[in-house]
Amino acid sequence: MMFGLFFVPLVAGLLSFIIPWDRLRRTMLMIVAGSHLAMTACCWIVAPPTALNGWFVLDPLGVLFLGIISVLFFAAAIYGVQYLAKEKHHRQGRDEQFLFNNAPEAVFTGCLLIFLAAMTLVVMSQNFGVLWVAMEATTLVSAPLIYFHRHHRSLEATWKYLLICSVGIALALLGNLFLAVTQGPEQSSLLLADLIKNGPLLNIPWLKAAFIFLFVGYGTKMGLAPMHTWLPDAHSEAPSVVSALLSGALLNCAFVSVLRGYQACIAAGIGDFCQDIFILFGILSLFFATIFIFGQTDYKRMLAYSSIEHMGILSLGVGLSGAAVYGAMFHAVNHSLTKAGLFFIAGNILSHFRTKEVKDVRGVLRVLPRSGVLWMAGFFAITGTPPFGVFLSKFMILRAALDQGRVGLAVIFLAVLCAIFIGAARIFLPMAQGAAPEDLKNPAGKEPGFSVLPTMILLALVLVLGLYIPGGLSDLLSAAARMITDVP
Amino acid sequence: MSSGIDSVLMGIILMNLWLVATSRISACIKIVAFQGILVAFLPFVAHASSVTVETSLFVLATVALKGFIFPWLLFRALREANVRREVEPFIGYPVSMVFCVFIFLISMWLGARLPMPRPVFSALVVPVSFATILIGFFIIISRTKALTQVLGYLVIENGIYVFGMALLVEQPVLVELAILLDVFVAVFVMGIAIFHISREFDHIDTHHLSQLRDWTAPKEEVRP
Repeated sequence: MMFGLFFVPLVAGLLSFIIPWDRLRRTMLMIVAGSHLAMTACCWIVAPPTALNGWFVLDPLGVLFLGIISVLFFAAAIYGVQYLAKEKHHRQGRDEQFLFNNAPEAVFTGCLLIFLAAMTLVVMSQNFGVLWVAMEATTLVSAPLIYFHRHHRSLEATWKYLLICSVGIALALLGNLFLAVTQGPEQSSLLLADLIKNGPLLNIPWLKAAFIFLFVGYGTKMGLAPMHTWLPDAHSEAPSVVSALLSGALLNCAFVSVLRGYQACIAAGIGDFCQDIFILFGILSLFFATIFIFGQTDYKRMLAYSSIEHMGILSLGVGLSGAAVYGAMFHAVNHSLTKAGLFFIAGNILSHFRTKEVKDVRGVLRVLPRSGVLWMAGFFAITGTPPFGVFLSKFMILRAALDQGRVGLAVIFLAVLCAIFIGAARIFLPMAQGAAPEDLKNPAGKEPGFSVLPTMILLALVLVLGLYIPGGLSDLLSAAARMITDVP
Repeated sequence: MSSGIDSVLMGIILMNLWLVATSRISACIKIVAFQGILVAFLPFVAHASSVTVETSLFVLATVALKGFIFPWLLFRALREANVRREVEPFIGYPVSMVFCVFIFLISMWLGARLPMPRPVFSALVVPVSFATILIGFFIIISRTKALTQVLGYLVIENGIYVFGMALLVEQPVLVELAILLDVFVAVFVMGIAIFHISREFDHIDTHHLSQLRDWTAPKEEVRP
């Protein structure tokens, strides 16, 4: 099963480079996304056996994040197929008087599928070496995706993404070597199980150094401030399908990688040292996100900064430990579903209004009624308004902070969330309301069903999660949280 | 034995200093390639008694990649980009040199702070590794061209290899090769990106890559 999860998308990705027919390639994308989702569901119900001497294990943490990746990829495939068909019709886009050609569709689909394979490998691997290889592979295959619109700004974003993430992940490689050194002269295994087993014997100063390097390295990819600088550029310039996957799936993969290092640290008894780092970077990310969401002029960048905010919340939740870890795991699910849905809608708005400037987009509710309603619903969901799941998970983290007597942290957290609500409202609301700009070419926009359906499903899921968490999911969340909770 | 490895490590450090003082990009590419070859041979010098077939194969692969394939890719990018062949640093050469010596001193201090839990054959391994990584960072931030940033990335990679190779951290060969493959693809993709940058902007100076930012001044503020 685990081989299938990895090799099906990989082989399909390689095939799509050579398949010359668009229709066949798009059908294949759908089939792979569907079968990946089905296999993931099977793995959730029956845990697959470990493969290759314990190198690949789908533990609860892995299953949880694999589930997120798989659901998002399925939604992205539905959205992507109609998006590619639409882009095909006007291949020569015109944006700010600048002509550009899109990259060939075969390359796009191929990279998208290999991207899925690499992300699957990240959540499955228990060996830090393989984990590193898979993380670096996600960077390399997603770079062509960001450069899909052959535009000079997407080129700039791609360059920053490539360089900053490659350098960041190189630091994580050094962290891997440090992990090997911690085990004394005889052993240098990089298997997570071995590290946990030998936990109490590990060399503490080197383990601390290893965690810092892993955290900074994978944290760069996760978009934690102040290593986040690539993120807004890449998310705003990539096609919306890709932005959704970057934000909802890729950032989570990086988060899992950090958590793997944290697992080893917990076993060695330096969990509290790591928690301080998690909290510090979590708060920093929240502050950076707040500052840049205020006065943001580009709505896709605003969504990108919102991702930084939510990564900060995840980091804060793990750092608080105890009940907050469950909240953080739940928040990862909610954030991914909501943010992917919002990026899809942002894509609809962008392709109709042809601008990413907030001030030029008015009256989405009139021009694109269905997208407009979902845009508003997404706004309420992502800022944590009550009936949605995001509210519940944020509340869990807040309550855990209060229970632990960390009132200062709770106050900062709440204040930042309020500020972000106001900042986001000043962008979302004027875009949705009002009359359409007069110079808009076709005021009554067409909305094909497949361009709004994925968001509808995703937001409905978030709404359901806010009202009721199914027993199976709740068990999975607790099992995952237990793996990364420091029991004193 | 110890003096052999020490001289190789000192060679790597001297390469760093030479690199920051060099003004021609083609010379820089050669220096980084030479440094890569030196790094690749570290296991032979450090563990001369216990060289296995696997280690030798891996060393050969590293030499081929760092010493020949990377420079070839970069020279090709340089030729296609057709840029001025000067480095044009933000920070002048003498200041860079002083800075690098300073970085080396800091690394010595750091190395002394973190004693190795296993026997090490040379006290210089950790400082040299740290210094090379930090100098790689310095090159990335202080040089303007996209190509020199790739060189900085390679220097960081070399620094990490000093650590891994000199300690001979036993990873399965498959993982090692996969890591090499990743680095290769990274440089390859960066080479393609450089080509696109030069075609799009007619140069590869990264300070022109500054359109994406927050709070840009609105283009047409005044509306009648």
